[in-house]
Amino acid sequence: MKKIYVPRDAAAKALGSDEVATALAHALAARGEEAQIIRNGSRGMIWLEPLVEIEENGTRLAYGPIAADQVDDLLAGKITSLGPVEDIPFFAKQNRLTFARCGLIDPLSLADYRAHGGLMGLSRAAAMSAADIVAEVTASGLRGRGGAGFPTGIKWKTVAEASASQKYIVCNADEGDSGTFADRMIMEGDPFCLIEGMAIAGLATGATRGFVYIRSEYPDAIEVMEAAVTIARAEGVLGADVLGSGKAFDLEIRVGAGAYVCGEETSLLNSLEGKRGVVRAKPPLPALEGFMGRPTVVNNVLSLATIPVIFEKGAAHYASFGLGRSKGTMPIQIAGNVARGGLFETAFGMPLGALVNEIAGGTATGRPVKAVQVGGPLGAYMPPSKFDTPFAYEEFDGQGGLIGHAGVVVFDDSADMVQMARFAMEFCAVESCGKCTPCRIGAVRGVETIDRIAAGDATAIPLLTDLCETMKDGSLCALGGFTPYPVMSALQNFPDEFGATPADQAAQ
Amino acid sequence: MPRDHTDAHDPEITAIVMRHMGLEGPLLPILHALQGEFGYIPDAARPIICDALNITRAELHGVISFYHDFRSAPAAKHCLKICRAEACQAVGGKALSERVLAQLGLDWGARRADGALMVEPVYCLGLCACAPAAMLDGKLIARATVEKITARLTEAGL
Repeated sequence: MKKIYVPRDAAAKALGSDEVATALAHALAARGEEAQIIRNGSRGMIWLEPLVEIEENGTRLAYGPIAADQVDDLLAGKITSLGPVEDIPFFAKQNRLTFARCGLIDPLSLADYRAHGGLMGLSRAAAMSAADIVAEVTASGLRGRGGAGFPTGIKWKTVAEASASQKYIVCNADEGDSGTFADRMIMEGDPFCLIEGMAIAGLATGATRGFVYIRSEYPDAIEVMEAAVTIARAEGVLGADVLGSGKAFDLEIRVGAGAYVCGEETSLLNSLEGKRGVVRAKPPLPALEGFMGRPTVVNNVLSLATIPVIFEKGAAHYASFGLGRSKGTMPIQIAGNVARGGLFETAFGMPLGALVNEIAGGTATGRPVKAVQVGGPLGAYMPPSKFDTPFAYEEFDGQGGLIGHAGVVVFDDSADMVQMARFAMEFCAVESCGKCTPCRIGAVRGVETIDRIAAGDATAIPLLTDLCETMKDGSLCALGGFTPYPVMSALQNFPDEFGATPADQAAQ
Repeated sequence: MPRDHTDAHDPEITAIVMRHMGLEGPLLPILHALQGEFGYIPDAARPIICDALNITRAELHGVISFYHDFRSAPAAKHCLKICRAEACQAVGGKALSERVLAQLGLDWGARRADGALMVEPVYCLGLCACAPAAMLDGKLIARATVEKITARLTEAGL
């Protein structure tokens, strides 16, 4: 039977894919035509959503963006196809490892998941010793995809070697960074991949319980993950005997409550425990004293969702991609004022400018790019003069930036950099957990100081610089510690907008 | 959807609280469930939660007041959220929210006089590649414009 794919991804739905699916069902019935409508995840080409795929003779032809009132023309063959999905240049240029199945399969069909390589990694891991599983992850070179870039294998080893009556795997799905949506996409498009990764983490560390902490702003992801966990439990992927291995692992979905700071791992743990999402000092590391004071792996969605492919294809295969110490691939999210926005998974090392100009096609408005903010609200504003920076951890660090969760937000030349710096401080003030004084009070003073600068008082610039230093040095977590990145990068890369004199610039 | 009345009764609250007592760290799930049922966390729930979890009223208040999502008073019947974050700002999100607020004659967080509508800021809905983003009662709107939002409000009878 003919298969028609209409994404159920939140971005596709926000652009009308539910209405398209309903209209298609009606139109098919009216034509007396039989076809199966499958609600897949998104292929990541968001500018083409709703992207409808029609499969005939084993080829999936793409059509998009499709509106509900176009479905009759679509079924009558009056709409020109974009060609096979895999041949669309934006898609063809990717190395899809983590996102290999996202958009390809029915997210809630375990049979479809298995048919596309799913559970091969877990089956392989189930036959390995815990130490060998950890060694495989270490050999892959995988680093924390949430932003910190800490080697995943080392974290797992710490938890594996800790002795406790109960250990936990906690998945950080509190994806609050503006410009990022990869966690949401994979949870909505390939939820079993995350579940499989968490089960492997459980086998590796001896943790038998897990939590996925999803932000409340993602109702679609919560719904899909809840359904996937129920299916995985019924099919023996989760439970007392994971895939017949004799080992137990089960997990629960938990929902955040609108606090950005809970994306910080220790805040997240407090929140899971039912406390205020206040940051904890480290040490003790969560790996030793995490959830309920017990050894806990806290990993980002993308880190855990990358584990299955590492076990399916081997650590060496994964590590063969990338640049320097940034091994493997990164699902980069290109957003904001951009012609072709979406998710582009590629090996580390592609220059930032190639991503922005060649892959994403520059700005949507057609105006020149002024700056791109990489790594969310705590990431630096990179001007076009830094566009040759390769997309990788150390390389960005060397340019005063960070890749964070790999969100790239593009701004055209109408962006007001003083206001963007002000917003960074304002956001920090709204979301600060209040534990560290430089963050709690500094962010408020930062807004006031930038308002002085905006009113023409250049003498406030050294004060702002000094405040940023204090926040950087005096905050426990990245919220207070990294808010200076967008502020200082705006000031340093666009000094004229702040009214800085050459002497001020030299002083920085 | 929250119920249409605001009188929470102790037995119902107790039942919701007790349903979550088997969880590790049950407080957030309890608060979400109460708010899902009543539209806010009723004052009557506080002593019941404190007893069940053996926490102080101050600790509970600390948690409820920490999170943006939790409300101690009934919300407006409908809630429009508009994203204020960077990706949306890059495509005119700030002007959009200012125009919508002006058109409705509302400020962030304020309820309309008839209690039917409020507008809240949100920091990222994950629609950053099809921004600006908004959400009316859980239904997402991508590439939002004043016209699109107005049409949705009209559809909802607002």
